[in-house]
Formats: sequence, structure tokens, C-alpha cells
Amino acid sequence: MKAWTWLKDHAVNIIAGLALFYMLAPIAVIAVFSFNDPVGRFNFEWVGFTLDAWKNPFGITELTDALITSIQLAAISSIGSTILGTLIAIALVRYNFFGRRAANFLIVIPLATPEVVIGASLLSMFLVYGAKLGFGTLVIAHIMFSISFVVIVVRSRLIGFDRSLEEAAADLGANAITTFRKITLPLLAPAVGAALMLSFALSIDDFVISNFNSGATVTFPLYIFGANQRGIPVEVNVIATMLFAVTVIAMAAVIIQQRRAEKMAEKRADDAGTTGMSMPI
Amino acid sequence: MESSLDLPPDEGDNGKTGHESGAEGSVRLEGVTKKFGSFAAVKDMDLEIANGEFFTMLGPSGCGKTTTLRMIAGFEQPTEGKVLIDDVDVAGQPAYKRPTNTVFQSYALFPHMNLEENVAFGLKRKKVGKSEIKKRVAYELERVGLSREAKRKPAQLSGGQQQRVALARALVNLPKVLLLDEPLGALDLKLRKGLQVQLKNIQRDVGITFVYVTHDQEEALTMSDRIAVMDEGRIEQCGGPEEVYERPATTFVAGFIGVSNLLPAVAASGSEIKIDGGPTVSTPEAADFSADERCFAVVRPEKLTVSAADEAPSDRPSVDGVVESSLYLGTSTQMVVRVADDVKMTVLIPNASEAERHQLPGGGSRVKLVWEPDHMHLTSESPEESASADTADVSPDNEKEGATA
Repeated sequence: MKAWTWLKDHAVNIIAGLALFYMLAPIAVIAVFSFNDPVGRFNFEWVGFTLDAWKNPFGITELTDALITSIQLAAISSIGSTILGTLIAIALVRYNFFGRRAANFLIVIPLATPEVVIGASLLSMFLVYGAKLGFGTLVIAHIMFSISFVVIVVRSRLIGFDRSLEEAAADLGANAITTFRKITLPLLAPAVGAALMLSFALSIDDFVISNFNSGATVTFPLYIFGANQRGIPVEVNVIATMLFAVTVIAMAAVIIQQRRAEKMAEKRADDAGTTGMSMPI
Repeated sequence: MESSLDLPPDEGDNGKTGHESGAEGSVRLEGVTKKFGSFAAVKDMDLEIANGEFFTMLGPSGCGKTTTLRMIAGFEQPTEGKVLIDDVDVAGQPAYKRPTNTVFQSYALFPHMNLEENVAFGLKRKKVGKSEIKKRVAYELERVGLSREAKRKPAQLSGGQQQRVALARALVNLPKVLLLDEPLGALDLKLRKGLQVQLKNIQRDVGITFVYVTHDQEEALTMSDRIAVMDEGRIEQCGGPEEVYERPATTFVAGFIGVSNLLPAVAASGSEIKIDGGPTVSTPEAADFSADERCFAVVRPEKLTVSAADEAPSDRPSVDGVVESSLYLGTSTQMVVRVADDVKMTVLIPNASEAERHQLPGGGSRVKLVWEPDHMHLTSESPEESASADTADVSPDNEKEGATA
């Protein structure tokens, strides 16, 4: 009876715990197996603890090259898609033009399209135009599928944007370009930053579309897929664990920053009550 | 521009020398119409605002007052007509080129900048020297009492403080005309009252032309040199606070400013009018109306006295009615008296003593409302306005005015 009551009281926590375990267990396995000392080519069975792979994670040249390629690709394509996507979002929210509603709808279509379709159709387009498959086509492909995400993130911020701030800037003598630089962009920065991180993550992770359009270029996901045939080296687990750690640290930094901003807002509420209402003249 | 001068407000830049020059800071609208689609927000408006004036545009929401302000600021361009600032036609000029600054209803402070940076924004755009910017910003923050908060972000301030930053940010540029769009609208009553006085003092101090938009008639009466009462894109009356309160030109003005009692009447021959169902009163104002023309007699609530219905008629004009309600307002008692089927009169009786108050006629009593002929003013019906919609009613706004009158 007592056990039943305890179970009832903690049901939510238990279920939440199980769900979290389900979500995080695969990542934990990756991290744990980065310390494995496998026998043979396959790293699927726990043999023994070693730091060998961590001592020289970048020892495999092809793996390191693939990682560098992926980081370069993600950097270029995320910056490209963030610039284009932000401008598109501004056009869609701020300006009334023929086909705006259609554009608003069409922009989300790539999100709903299966990646394999996008990959295949991009490939056929590149073939039609005789483009040489490689890093260039990968950049084009990655920018293409990231833009929709950027537009959606930036657009939602723009919709809640107080236009009188821009009017105030104009009122104080700022022309359109200065207003954009000094007011609009800084206020959009959180959304633009989020879009940048999102598109970076999408790019570094992409396999399906890249697989169609990479030519001889090997990205990190493509390397892992290829290596899978022969057996994935432990170093892959090490690098994957590092990527995961970097992500967690970046997210923690964002959350801490937000907490600080909230604390400051609370502080002002206290202060505002005490600093006088009077205005000496 | 870089030279050091004694007091920041005395320094000019780019030819803006503030209030010293007499010809500066006037605003003139000539035949201005503003249409949004087929809807005309402002209709063929003529308006003249003198240099150094505290000018208020007063009216209900949707009357076109904010649109007019935005056309002076340059956020909207008139569909037709001219906007002249200092006799220069600025129609077509964008906001950032105009010698005006605006205090927004929402304050529109830049949330990512601290107070200093907010106030310095306009001066930086005009490439004013660094040391001068520093001095003028410090002076302006001092004026609004926020020097200690200079490094804070707007979100760390209370509403009243934010409003003062918005004022400082506009004033620091020494605009020829300062435009204020319901700047006190978001503040509570007590704070608003204090800021009204301070705003008026600042205006007197700097001598800049203020164009003030509000829907609060009391605010308008307290602060303005002149008031334009607006309705449906038109100016119904333009004049000093006393003029619009004591001598409303139309039934709309009479109804919008203060609680007013409108008695339907008809002009008789010469200097007399005949109040419907009431006496014939002699007044010089009757000369403004032709014989048999319909008009309204306006008598303010504080100028009516209540006496018993059977009291002997005096030589003063009066109407008979039935007390509908009696409301204790603290400083006075507000009584609503029905004098005809669709005509109600509001009376404000000062509360002298409790005993006296208890002797006032209660609901349902028959009473006589008496006034001095001098205290009656004649007005004509507003275009597109029905008389019955304008009879005195106890709206919250009117109540407030009544309580403080």
C-alpha cells in the first residue's frame, strides 16, 4: 500500500526519467565507447577501458580532413543562409509586394519535403547545368535547405518588433541604413544568432542531401557512413563526444546569459519603486 | 560646433538655434487631407501653431489627432495639402530630415542602449562633437532627474522614468517643434498630474513649440496655451482652454470638454432664445443665430443651482425637472435631473456641510434648476451629430472632471 502511494506521488518524475533515459542513452553509449579498447575493426562490444583514442583523436588523416571540411562547410553555409534568410524574413514581414502570401507559404515547403527528394533533385539540377560536384555544390545545397529555418526563426521575432523604435530612430535623424544598423539589427540579433547556430548544426549533421551532391568531397557524416562498412574507429566516438560537449556548453552559455538578463529586470523592478518620481526643474 | 559654450541648451548646431530666433518653430497646415485607402483620417485641415506655443490636439480616439501629429513628424505624408514648418513646405520630406522630435506614447526607448546612449542618439546622427554630446546629455538627464541612472537600460526603469528619458532624448536635440503623442497615457493618475505640471514648466523654460496630442480633456485644459478640439478628421474648435470650456462652438465640443448640459432651443427674434419646454431667455449671443434657427444652450454643471419646484419664479432663467440620481463625489455632489424625455442635466453642488447635503432633494423629487443668464452659452449643433447623443451623461471621464471642477 505504501509503495503504491509512493509510486503514485512520483509517477511524473519516473516517467520523465525514463523518457530522458530513452533520449540520452544513445549519446551516453557513444561517449562511453570512446573509452573502449576494441578488438578487431568493430567498436560495438565493450572490451576494456583505455584513453588511447582520446590521446590522439585527430590521428586519422581522412577523419580529420572530413571534420575540417564539415566545419568549413557549416561555417560558410550557415553564414550564407543566415544573411539570405534574414533579408527574406524582413521582406516578407515588412513589405507588401505581389506574391507575398505565396512566398510566405512556399518558404516552408523545403521543411516538409523529404531530404532524399531535395538531394536527388539538387543532383539532377547540378547535372543539368554541368556543375562539378564537390565543395561548391555542397555549399549551395546546404544554404538552400537551411534558409527556411532561418526565415522562420527571424520572421517570428520581426512580427513582434515594435516599429515605433525605428520611427524614433528616424525621428532622431537616422536614415534608413543607420536605423537598420543601429536599431533593427541589434534587436534582431538574438534571433539571427539562434538561426546561425541552427543552420550550423543542420549543416554539420547533414548526410542525405550531402550524399547526393558531394562528388569526391567527404564530410564528417559521409566519412562515418563510409567507415561503417569497414568498422568505425574509436576516434569517431571521441570527436562525436567533443561535438556534443561543445553544443552543451554553448547552450549552457545562452541559458546563463538569459538568467542574468532576467535577474537584471527583477532588480530594476525593486529599484524603480525607491528612486523618486520627482523631476527637478 | 565643437566650441565650448556655457550651457548646452544655448548651443546651436547645423543652424538649429532653438528658441532664440523669433521666427522659428511655427507649424502651418494648409488644406491637409490624409487618406488611408478610402478612409479619410484627416479632412482638409487648416491649422496654425505659433512659435513657442503649447498647442494641444484633443479628441476621441480615431479623430485624426495622431495622424496629424505624424504628418508633422514626417511618419506619414499628406494625401493633399501642405505642411509648413517655419514657412518651409516639408511635405514629402522624410522624418529624419525634419527639425522636429517626437515623444512617443510607447516611449520607444532603444532597449539595447543605456539612458546615456539613448539620449545621445540624435546628437550622434548630427555629428556633434563628443565632448559636446557628453555635456548636453548630462545636462538633459539632470533636467529630468535621472543622472544617477545614466548607465541603466530602459527596462530597468519605471514607466514614469522611461517617459522622462523619452522627453530628454527629444529635447536634447533642441528641435524647432516637439511633438508629444499622448506621452502620459500609460501612467497612473497621480504620476500623470505631477508630470503635467513639470512638462508645462519645461516647455516654458526651453520655449520650444510643443504640439501635444491627448484624449484627456483635463490634461489639455491644464497645460495648453491653445487647444484644437477634433472629431472625425476635422477641427471643431480651436482656442484657449477657457474659450473652449466656457464657450464651446459646437455641441461636440461642449460634450467632449467637461460635463455639459445642452438644452435644445430655438432662436427667437432679436436677442432672445426660447428653450424647448422652458423660458425665453435674453442673451446677446442670440444675435449669432437667425430667427427660428435651432441652437443649444450650454450651462456647465457647477453653474446650476437647485431649488424646490414650488419656489416663486425669479427673474433668472430656470427649467423644471425630476431628480434621477444623486452621487456623492467627495468635494461635491453630482445630481442628474431629467428635464425632458431626452434631455438630462447634470448639476454639481459643492459639499459645504454634511447637514446641508442631507437636505438635498432625493431621487424622484421635482426640482427647479436655476442659472444666471451670463453663465449660459449658445452653440450650434455639430455636423453629423445628433443632439440626443450629446446630452450630458455620466461617463467615467466626465465624472473625473466633475470631481475636480
